[in-house]
Amino acid sequence: MAEIINMPKLGFDMAEGTLIRWVILEGDEVSRGAVLAEIETDKATVEVEAVQEGVMKRHLVSEGTVVPVNAPIAVIGAVDEEINLSELLGETAAGNMETVQKSVETTVSAESGAEKTPLPDAVQSTSDLPGDVRASPIARRMAEDIGLDLKLVKGSGPAGRITKKDIENYQPILPKTAAPAPVSLPETKSGVPAVQPLPYQPSLLAPAPESVTVPLNKLRAIIGKRMVDAKQQVPHFYITHEYDVRALLNLRKEVNALIPDDQKISVNDFVIKAAALGLRQFPNLNASLQGDQIIQHGNINIGVAVAVDGGLLTVVCKDADRKPLRQIAIEVRVMANRARSGKVRPDDIEGSTFSVSNLGMFSVESFIAIINPPEAAILAVGSANQVPVVENGTITTGWRMKATISVDHRVSDGAEAARYLQALESLLEKPLSIVI
Amino acid sequence: MSRITMREAISQALWEEMERDPKVFILGEEVGVWGGTYAVTKGFYDHFGAERVRDTPIAEAVIVGSAIGAALTGLRPIAELMTINFAFSAMDHIVNQAAKLHYMFGGQMVLPLVIRVVGGGGRQLGATHSQTPDAIFAHFPGLKVVAPGTPEDAKGLLRAAIRSDDPILFIEHATLYQTRGEVPDGEYEVPIGKSKIQRPGRDVTIVTYSKMLEISTKAADQLSAEGIECEIVDLRTLRPLDMEPVLGSFKKTNRAVIVEEGWRSYGVGAEIAARIYEEAFDYVDSPILRVAQKEVPLPYNQTLEQMALPQIADVVKAVKEVL
Repeated sequence: MAEIINMPKLGFDMAEGTLIRWVILEGDEVSRGAVLAEIETDKATVEVEAVQEGVMKRHLVSEGTVVPVNAPIAVIGAVDEEINLSELLGETAAGNMETVQKSVETTVSAESGAEKTPLPDAVQSTSDLPGDVRASPIARRMAEDIGLDLKLVKGSGPAGRITKKDIENYQPILPKTAAPAPVSLPETKSGVPAVQPLPYQPSLLAPAPESVTVPLNKLRAIIGKRMVDAKQQVPHFYITHEYDVRALLNLRKEVNALIPDDQKISVNDFVIKAAALGLRQFPNLNASLQGDQIIQHGNINIGVAVAVDGGLLTVVCKDADRKPLRQIAIEVRVMANRARSGKVRPDDIEGSTFSVSNLGMFSVESFIAIINPPEAAILAVGSANQVPVVENGTITTGWRMKATISVDHRVSDGAEAARYLQALESLLEKPLSIVI
Repeated sequence: MSRITMREAISQALWEEMERDPKVFILGEEVGVWGGTYAVTKGFYDHFGAERVRDTPIAEAVIVGSAIGAALTGLRPIAELMTINFAFSAMDHIVNQAAKLHYMFGGQMVLPLVIRVVGGGGRQLGATHSQTPDAIFAHFPGLKVVAPGTPEDAKGLLRAAIRSDDPILFIEHATLYQTRGEVPDGEYEVPIGKSKIQRPGRDVTIVTYSKMLEISTKAADQLSAEGIECEIVDLRTLRPLDMEPVLGSFKKTNRAVIVEEGWRSYGVGAEIAARIYEEAFDYVDSPILRVAQKEVPLPYNQTLEQMALPQIADVVKAVKEVL
């Protein structure tokens, strides 16, 4: 901040003084306490000392001049500072030396629109600072943590120091949509201006919640052990098939219109029945490996995976191939409710020979399941979705459902499993065959 | 809890410890018949007798020297010096003998010695009787330096000091004797070497102790009215210095003002600021400022004396400057 140096009043009755000699020349550095000039009063020759630091910008009087007390003799300012002498003097002429600095500041802010006034000099000279910016240590660390270039941040602290608050409040300046690129940017081959690359926007994340340690409940522990055993010991292979289920969905609607709400038949009930009927034709998939023998079970008992609190249970619909669809629906519903409310009976979960796992209610297109030993296969059923399909050479909408079978390769092979899925097609796509 | 003055709190601690342990005795100028320059030991002489409340000549080196001797032989002396300024007359005994005997003789003897001194300015006692040379004494390893700012801490710290086997300089502030505060009933100790957060806040950490706790608290009240919440850490013990609460607070606020009554140069504030810069540099958001006594011998003239001592307005200004 430029300051005017006035002729000091060096004695009680001093009215003027003669500037004998400039000790500090224009452009020279001024340190606090340095002798600026020698002045002769009618009593003695005295030295004028600087009370500020900076650079001697200009001598306002030449050596040998007689100067009245309080009249300006020099300007001290920062290295790069532009001196607007008339303004500085205009303020000084008003008289009070103490108000000079304040007045200059006022002037600066008032004319900010007209001419780009330099900021206070301290703000400007940052070249000696780390990274050429004035920032507090914590601001530097925070910026580093989020990969923010401190030069993009405007400091609000003293001398323009970037503080913690400035980093927290930092808003990246985004380009206005995909405006034409500045000339300096390269153009693409087609002549279309290159889109300005999106700048990196660092963001300060609030602390994440603490990690939580949850001990394994008994059910989870059992599931974990059985699944590890299954995946380690059973060589799985997987086959996915897509079914047209428009007819099935229509039939279900018709059937459900005839029966009470609490007995309504789900898509999965159709799948259970179809899977069971299909297994009757493919006994090798309704089987268990025991040593060097495959036991093909006489009963077809379908395990149905039910999500329960903290785990998964498989309730068993016994002899599903020989039960009417309504009975299957009621039995599975009752057992699933018992499982979910923690009142499952041993009989509900024992003796399955094949499993069905259905995640259709979660908008799952398809997934693959882990075999539930000692069974040889499991069917994983996705959602029934309305999708574009090709029928008779044209694209139209249809309802499709995907099912993936996981099979123990020691018991069966791909072709057999694929034929089984094909057999399900004739059941699921002609659903009356399931009902009758 | 009861609301008593600092004088009463200190007096109670002395009385209760003398009742408890016959090895505890007091010696110093005017402590007996007169009842103490600051009336702390009023009534002690009549109750405990001349053997245990001993008036001494005006010779600080004698007071501290004989107290050291008594401590070495198994007594638990409490030497009272009329002001900390007179401790300079006993400097060799305090920093060269008391602070070092335990070390120099391989721990063969302990020195259960408390030197009670009165420090601080503000009572127009002139330049030689008004100093706050706490940092000088805190400079010496081997000597513990305690300087409470509340009656509760004064009573608990003095009790802990009397029971400690180490030599302890216990600095009481001349203008705090009339300060009242809540003091717990019954026997309690405040551990030596533990700083304490006396006022929680979020914006600026004020580190202070003794009389300046009062000044800082009043400044914090003013600032609070403007929405600026200061957290005040009271050092309570200058050696051993407990920086944990200071650093913990600073890591939260990232800004600190240190308020001490002594001179700025080579002072307590210099030590605290250096430690923060050393141990929490990455948390600094603003230069740490010190509010301290002007660098002049403290004037006698009341107006000048107050100008030289740290004032509430100085603390307010410094807090706003670091914000």
